[in-house]
Amino acid sequence: MDFNDTPSEASFRKEVRDWLKQNVPTEDELNGLTEIQQCKLWQRRKFDAGWACIRWPEQYGGRGASAIEHVIWEQEESKYDLPTGIFDIGIGMAAPTLMHWGTDQQKRQHLPKLASGEHIWCQLFSEPIAGSDLAGIRSRAVREGDTWVLNGQKIWTSGAHYSDFGIIVVRTDPTVPKHDGLTYFFVDVKSPGIDVKPIKQISGSSNFNEVFFQNVTIPDGNRLGEVGQGWQVSITTLMNERAALGTGGGGVVFKNLFDLASQLMIKDRPAIDDSHVRSMLANWYCQESGLRYTGYRALTALSRGETPGPEHSISKLVGASKIQDMASFALDLLEMAGSLSTSEQARYFDTFLNSPGYRVAGGTDEIMLNILAERVLGLPQEVRVDKGIPFNEVPTGS
Amino acid sequence: MNFEFSKEQDLLREQARAFLTQHCPTSVVRKILEGNDPFDRDLWRKIADLGWQATVIPEEYGGLGLSYYELAVIAEELGRALAPIPFSSSIYLASELILRDGSPEQRERWLPKLANGEVIGTLAFAENLGRPSPQNIQTFVRDGKVTGRKIAVPDGDVADFVIVLAQSEKGNGTSLCCVESKEFTHKTVDSIDPTRSHATLKFNDSCCELIGSDGHGWETINAVLDRAAILLAWEQVGGTESTLAQATEYAKSRYAFGRPIGSFQAIKYKLANMYVKHTLARSNCYYGTWTLAGDHADLPLAAATCRVSAIQAYYYATKENIQTHGGMGFTWEFDCQLYYRRAKFLALNLGSEHWWQDRLITAHEQRNMVA
Repeated sequence: MDFNDTPSEASFRKEVRDWLKQNVPTEDELNGLTEIQQCKLWQRRKFDAGWACIRWPEQYGGRGASAIEHVIWEQEESKYDLPTGIFDIGIGMAAPTLMHWGTDQQKRQHLPKLASGEHIWCQLFSEPIAGSDLAGIRSRAVREGDTWVLNGQKIWTSGAHYSDFGIIVVRTDPTVPKHDGLTYFFVDVKSPGIDVKPIKQISGSSNFNEVFFQNVTIPDGNRLGEVGQGWQVSITTLMNERAALGTGGGGVVFKNLFDLASQLMIKDRPAIDDSHVRSMLANWYCQESGLRYTGYRALTALSRGETPGPEHSISKLVGASKIQDMASFALDLLEMAGSLSTSEQARYFDTFLNSPGYRVAGGTDEIMLNILAERVLGLPQEVRVDKGIPFNEVPTGS
Repeated sequence: MNFEFSKEQDLLREQARAFLTQHCPTSVVRKILEGNDPFDRDLWRKIADLGWQATVIPEEYGGLGLSYYELAVIAEELGRALAPIPFSSSIYLASELILRDGSPEQRERWLPKLANGEVIGTLAFAENLGRPSPQNIQTFVRDGKVTGRKIAVPDGDVADFVIVLAQSEKGNGTSLCCVESKEFTHKTVDSIDPTRSHATLKFNDSCCELIGSDGHGWETINAVLDRAAILLAWEQVGGTESTLAQATEYAKSRYAFGRPIGSFQAIKYKLANMYVKHTLARSNCYYGTWTLAGDHADLPLAAATCRVSAIQAYYYATKENIQTHGGMGFTWEFDCQLYYRRAKFLALNLGSEHWWQDRLITAHEQRNMVA
């Protein structure tokens, strides 16, 4: 066990640092660009220099780096406040699924454009009737020769309004039990018959959408895995989603609260001297630190090329609630002024409003707990009344 | 960077686990709970034959000179097995103190015997209800003799020597001194975990020898508490995992309403949360052990982080284990009580969760001052 760099890791870190120092976009460069343009500019720059998606094989635009080198890269890149968010789904979720299930042709065609930032991808999984019960989706694709015709609706699709492609799981056979009748595709989001409508969130902004499909044509060449194998392919995406979402989230970290409590006063003393404040902060630090080192330990599995395991559910489960509670506590420390939406406390205010979404997106807290209980601890599944019966005979309550 | 134990360390873990499964099943723990022996002398001798007490003690003092990674592995297994022996008192506290601050003569005298298990040492610290501080210590040293009373001394009734925190004779703070058992009287007291005995110790002009420099007792004791906290956290993590296994096993086999109770989300969520708390505490222990093995500057922060998360994980697991077992969990007969008792003892030994939360924030404040 050694949490320090080996000599070769240290020299890799230095190379990364030097390159970042020279190449991170200046404020002048970013000024006047939209967020999407900013993200694309940075991604393209990394790609051209061989620093995009560094774990990927070179032929797909990566540099075949190790899992540890990837961590080093992320540690160094995260020291800068860089625009990267729009690629999280494409690079973090769609790409690993393509890598695992795609044909050579599919990989050659799409992975380099994901790496260079030319294409943005979104994830078309949830439907109004199927979220936690994802295998209960009803969007229906029917085969017509070499193409499929899709009708239905997806929802909670982050970034659909600026994406080029979407990964999508749909029902291709309603006469078999629900998990067996699904097939996984990727779809050109600009195809005729697709209608994207933004949804306004608690915070007032609109990052996600409803997406409607009316007789949309998908070539069979856009299928990942076999017909009827959509559930297994989806699992690859979902496991990577939890790994990608887990440590991210940003919002509020221990250091923010520690600094805030050092500045504010309680009973004419710095709030950080207050015993309750100290206990609360200590608990969050224990979680933050525990998640960090749990992530490091999981690298061993990742470096063997394994799909992230169910234990990644921990980081999302703990991380999301932690951020919500920390934001709420920060507003409490501000006392009456905590209810104001001023710029200096925007971090806490915004996170308070956005964080309920972290606990739902990518699998709710409750689904994470079920996964841990069933897949890790081996507890028996909840009784399922839809088990083993054809999907079109499952009770729907409507 | 490498975040796993080595193959050799994992092999040691397997051997330790197999040994304790055979020689320290819960029936052995229960014998100490229900009998008059303060600890399992037989087990103590057997692990001495395996060299466990000697793990990190340098070879020049009869030890094995291995690293804290090996000691962490052993600590976890002892915790998992609820071993009823004075290992933490004698090794994480007494040996560490002598290694850190003992004179060459003191090391020569005590370490070889601590290493082969011939001698047991402990630390006497608290005197009253509530949190000890350098100000509320009333025991004092004068002319090489110590006078005072110490309470809740783990293994104080079986220790061959005890290291006592006392007011220094020069009035310049507290000092630590070593007192042999023939110099003081002890009274065994009932405690929350009778598988780890406790005693009240009385010193009356008892001959003693200073350990470390006069007036630096508080500083030394805190440094040793930090180191011990990481090792004790491994015992807690081992105990937590064992508790989770017991709860999981029961939830799979016990039926109610025609199905295993482990298929109900109310039970699943308890167990999943145990797993989560256990994993976070374990991961913190990995980092803590690295700081311990390399004497890293981050050690005090890492130690407090290990300790707080391990206390919380073990308490949560043991209380919800009882709850999962229902009425059976509350009986003398079931082993749930063994874990519940041990979790609280380990949470109090070395100081409470609240104390260590405070130390964690203090470590941040000190780190920021340095930076």
